[in-house]
Amino acid sequence: MTNNTSLFQRSLVQEALKESFVKLNPKIMFRNPVMFTVEIGTFIMLVVSGYSLSNSSQGGFGYNFTIFLLLLLTLLFANFAEAIAEARGKAQSDSLRKTREETPARVISIEKSSDFKFSNLKPSDIQQITSLQLKKGDLFICEAGDIIPADGEIIEGLATIDESAITGESAPVIREAGGDKSSVTGGTKVLSDRIIVKVSTEQGESFLDKMIALVEGASRQKTPNEIALTILLAGFTLVFIIVTITLKPFADYANTPISIAAFISLFVCLIPTTIGGLLSAIGIAGMDRALRANVITKSGKAVETAGDIDVLLLDKTGTITIGNRKATNFYPANGVNENSFRKSIVLSSMADETPEGKSIIELSKIDPLTFQVEGARFIKFTAETRSSGIDLPALQAENEITRIRKGAADAIKSLCEKAGNAFPDEIANRVTQISSNGGTPLVVSENEKVIGVIELQDIIKPGIQERFVRLRKMGIKTVMVTGDNPLTARFIAEKAGVDDFIAEAKPEDKMNYIKQEQSEGRLVAMMGDGTNDAPALAQADVGVAMNSGTQAAKEAGNMVDLDNDPTKLIEVVEIGKQLLMTRGTLTTFSIANDVAKYFAIIPALFIVAIPSLQGLNIMNLHSPESAILSAVIFNALVIPMLIPLALKGVAYKPIGASALLRRNLFIYGLGGVIVPFIGIKLIDIFVSLFI
Amino acid sequence: MNTEILGVILMYATVVALAIPLGRYIGKVFNYEKTWLDKIFNPLDKLFFKLSGINPGNEMTWKQHLVTLLTINGFWFIISVFVLTNMSWLPLNPDNNPSMSWDLAFNTSVSFVSNTNLQHYSGETSLSYLGQLILMLWQFISAATGIAICAVVFNAMKERTTEKLGNFFSYFVRSCTRILFPIAFIGAVILVFNGTPMTFDGKDSIITLEGAQQNISRGPAAAFISIKQLGTNGGGYYGPNSTNPMENPNYLTNIVETVFIFLIPISLVFALGFILKRRKLAIMIYGVMTAGFLCLVIPTIYFEMNGNPAIAEMGISQNMGSMEGKEVRFGSAASAYWAINTTNTSNGSVNAMHDSLTPLSGMFTMLGMMINSFYGGVGVGFINFYVFIILAVFIGGLMVGRTPEFLGKKVEAKEVKIAMMIALLHPLMILGGTALASFLYAGNPEAYAGWLNNPGYHGFGEFLYEFCSASANNGSGFEGLGDNTPFWNISTGLIMLFGRYLPIIGPVAIAGMLASKKYIPESAGTLKTETSTFGILVFAVIAIVAALAFFPALTLGPLAEYFSFCVAN
Repeated sequence: MTNNTSLFQRSLVQEALKESFVKLNPKIMFRNPVMFTVEIGTFIMLVVSGYSLSNSSQGGFGYNFTIFLLLLLTLLFANFAEAIAEARGKAQSDSLRKTREETPARVISIEKSSDFKFSNLKPSDIQQITSLQLKKGDLFICEAGDIIPADGEIIEGLATIDESAITGESAPVIREAGGDKSSVTGGTKVLSDRIIVKVSTEQGESFLDKMIALVEGASRQKTPNEIALTILLAGFTLVFIIVTITLKPFADYANTPISIAAFISLFVCLIPTTIGGLLSAIGIAGMDRALRANVITKSGKAVETAGDIDVLLLDKTGTITIGNRKATNFYPANGVNENSFRKSIVLSSMADETPEGKSIIELSKIDPLTFQVEGARFIKFTAETRSSGIDLPALQAENEITRIRKGAADAIKSLCEKAGNAFPDEIANRVTQISSNGGTPLVVSENEKVIGVIELQDIIKPGIQERFVRLRKMGIKTVMVTGDNPLTARFIAEKAGVDDFIAEAKPEDKMNYIKQEQSEGRLVAMMGDGTNDAPALAQADVGVAMNSGTQAAKEAGNMVDLDNDPTKLIEVVEIGKQLLMTRGTLTTFSIANDVAKYFAIIPALFIVAIPSLQGLNIMNLHSPESAILSAVIFNALVIPMLIPLALKGVAYKPIGASALLRRNLFIYGLGGVIVPFIGIKLIDIFVSLFI
Repeated sequence: MNTEILGVILMYATVVALAIPLGRYIGKVFNYEKTWLDKIFNPLDKLFFKLSGINPGNEMTWKQHLVTLLTINGFWFIISVFVLTNMSWLPLNPDNNPSMSWDLAFNTSVSFVSNTNLQHYSGETSLSYLGQLILMLWQFISAATGIAICAVVFNAMKERTTEKLGNFFSYFVRSCTRILFPIAFIGAVILVFNGTPMTFDGKDSIITLEGAQQNISRGPAAAFISIKQLGTNGGGYYGPNSTNPMENPNYLTNIVETVFIFLIPISLVFALGFILKRRKLAIMIYGVMTAGFLCLVIPTIYFEMNGNPAIAEMGISQNMGSMEGKEVRFGSAASAYWAINTTNTSNGSVNAMHDSLTPLSGMFTMLGMMINSFYGGVGVGFINFYVFIILAVFIGGLMVGRTPEFLGKKVEAKEVKIAMMIALLHPLMILGGTALASFLYAGNPEAYAGWLNNPGYHGFGEFLYEFCSASANNGSGFEGLGDNTPFWNISTGLIMLFGRYLPIIGPVAIAGMLASKKYIPESAGTLKTETSTFGILVFAVIAIVAALAFFPALTLGPLAEYFSFCVAN
């Protein structure tokens, strides 16, 4: 997927241009009250232009027709803004859609009620159909080299899968039945092994399909803030309708006839056409930016809510720390030879597939393949023993079976004490010391005698502290969720710079924390992947499920992150904030423009009848006609000039709300007052060359 | 420095110096904290409530508050129409003044109900003392209505989630007994000692220097004048209002009367700070109001003190400034200062003729009424300002990338809709009314010739001023207008009613709805409303929404007048 398409690709522009005309249809236009009134004005100007061919009471045809063309251009620019945003969204979603083109699917067509096992599946049970024919609940089979035909959940088997078509990430991932990594996405490719998948969504209802529809505008609903803003803009439009209509009797009283062209120009210039024309483009572009960040949102509202988040729940592992803990130190017990200690722990970790186990071997710098372990018995970690290890056969050692165990301190302690061996004080001290430094101690015993301690440490992701500082400046409280004991959790929380933590977290702890924060009026966001995260994801105001997560998690959340990147929430929050800011700043800009427009048009309206009002013509515009034309031209041109800003969004800087307001008020408020004075004057100089 | 300007500075400094302790006191009154007047008024309050059978502890929702407000106003409205139409035979009529006609009584009652005090009569010849007293009662009721409903909005702004916003009757009675009555009493005493009449005897007669006999109207004037200033009512006891030497005898009484105009509006802003324990918010609001006030008052004083260029052209010295329509005992600066005071608040009393102000000063008085929230009327001034805060919060909230919140409550579509409708109302009524008058006049100038003594730009200004005054519940006028006709009585009457009640209903609805929403604690990402940056935003919203919409109308009125007669000369 390309994430860096330039703003105006040629093919997109062409499509958008075409759409700009289609959108002139009043039925479509009606949804945008501000621009709809401009369309009425344009139509009136068309009639007036025709009338002025035969009668000069409303001014010359050329002038009226020019105003008509300028108003039409204003409409087209506004339509173009929306169309280009849609086209970009469409292009983005088309590339996603490619992944779900028709692919062959091998559906399993046997009665599921019968006592069948996947292992004795016969070739006759499998039917070849296409992905479009798959229905929810169908079972299909995929082998190495197959493209997965639909979203689903693995119910049997394990496979490595290339998800690069969706995520852009080339490293293959492992997905397996049961657990939290059972979900597969249509369009991705199986690289090895064989899986049986149950289709989880109906055709056209997958998250991707929903997202595509949202970006393309078909099912786009206005978000609450957008509705409120539309009301505000409609209100402003009404104010200026009153201003324009009442001006007619005022002018009659003062014997200063005003042409229809001037009335309509005044009206169109005063109503907030800039924001009115760009409003829907801003909304679509926000969704599009989310999609570019590889986040699928289920509604536009979710993106907006993300901007309001007060509390962020983050899992420690994978988000704050790199993957899993790593061994950082070996501490042999008093009287134990360092080398033999290393040998023992390598032996005990040989069969340990966990990242911790691997990191121990890495730190020992001993190649485990040099050991002869024939006949050895590997002891797997269980929740009861809370230790793992190896039993070496007698012939390998000194006529006795050697039992090496490593595990949690208290587990090994009780193991040793049961056998009548004391747990040395020196080891106990070491264990406390490691814990309070944020590490996890693993105590190693040989034949129920403690031989030393391994220190495992969490590695905090580089750059994560800065991200938390940024979040704090945004006003967001970060909460780390971890299964660690409170001592370790506190140490890591402090080191990473999170504001709070939930230690020894059970799924319901997360849920309770979210509810507690929400009852105090805060909005909470969280990321999750497991089935037991689902209730919390649903409870959170913004729940981001990882694409690799279970179906339940994905359904509970209101966003899905295709990259499975737990820090993605930070980006989502910024996209939400940008969306609101872009609307706010452009509204301010649009309304601030009115000051200059008043000073351009009002003197022009009356100056012929009341020459002394020349004193109000502070811009010293050339003539009433040129003043009105310049204001209308400025009003039209400002829309396309701001399209890039509307599409990219106003840059968000986490500098605190007051500083942000000061900055935006300065740039878009004061700028909005000054820019049109300069712009209208320059246009007037240019226009006056022709009239 | 010029003593006239020193006098103005003294008056403003006095208001602020008094408003701070008074604000704290008002805060205590509405927080039901102990005050030293409790000893006197607690038993009195209890008696009122016992007699009327009202339970003052019964908390009301915002809708109940509004219903109660309208009920109280409606009840006294009927009584006042009855008294005004039957004064001739009712007691306290030593001068045997006649009863009012039904329509004039209606118009007068509407005008006093709405705190406007537009007067189509002269008190000394048209009212009995009972009539004056019933109108004086109204000056308490309409002012207390404003203060009480403002207290409801303050209550709604507190940091909690609730439907219940106190008891309107209790707020109302407290506004009368704890705030209006004691201050008005002090003012009345000062006026009495400076020569303002306070008696129930009939007309007095004196022999003038020329030897002619003249009858002087008297009555309970001092009490009336004190509350008309304090409650931003503005309706004079005598026809010429505070230009009359009986109503405003000297510079000292002028200071007292001027200070009274701003006293409660400014105190209420400080009271907000004490009630919500948000002093900075109160300072922000006070700052914006003051900035707006200064923008209007400084040029007005400048233009009035500089005199009329058209008169200067005739070679007449104007070392006292433009003195047309002004009282020599007050001078041009104090008159200009009063003019802006009375139009920024919804007071409407005058100590000089506004019709004679120089063109741009006339425009600034109109702008004060168009905006109507730089201090504003008692209670309602803050309520008007509240609407602009809501609009600014909405725009500012978006600008910092968060769903807009005000004091921890989310501002959403419903609130924006109401705020926008209220913001629309003022331009609609002022511009719509003026458009109707212009349309009629332009269509047939002969038929409506009686309306205008000065056609042209100034005549247009007179239309515009009249509708500003009605819509802002001000009550002052550009008195060149022949306004005692059915058109003006009906149109301004309706506008006074809408202009009074809709801008109360809307903001109270917003405040009530916000109060019932969930309270969201502040974070670093929340828009702070107590900063000067936010103040600038509010100011900009007011300037663009409330002032800029009138730019075309002002161009054809005072601006055209100014450029044609002052600059051209």
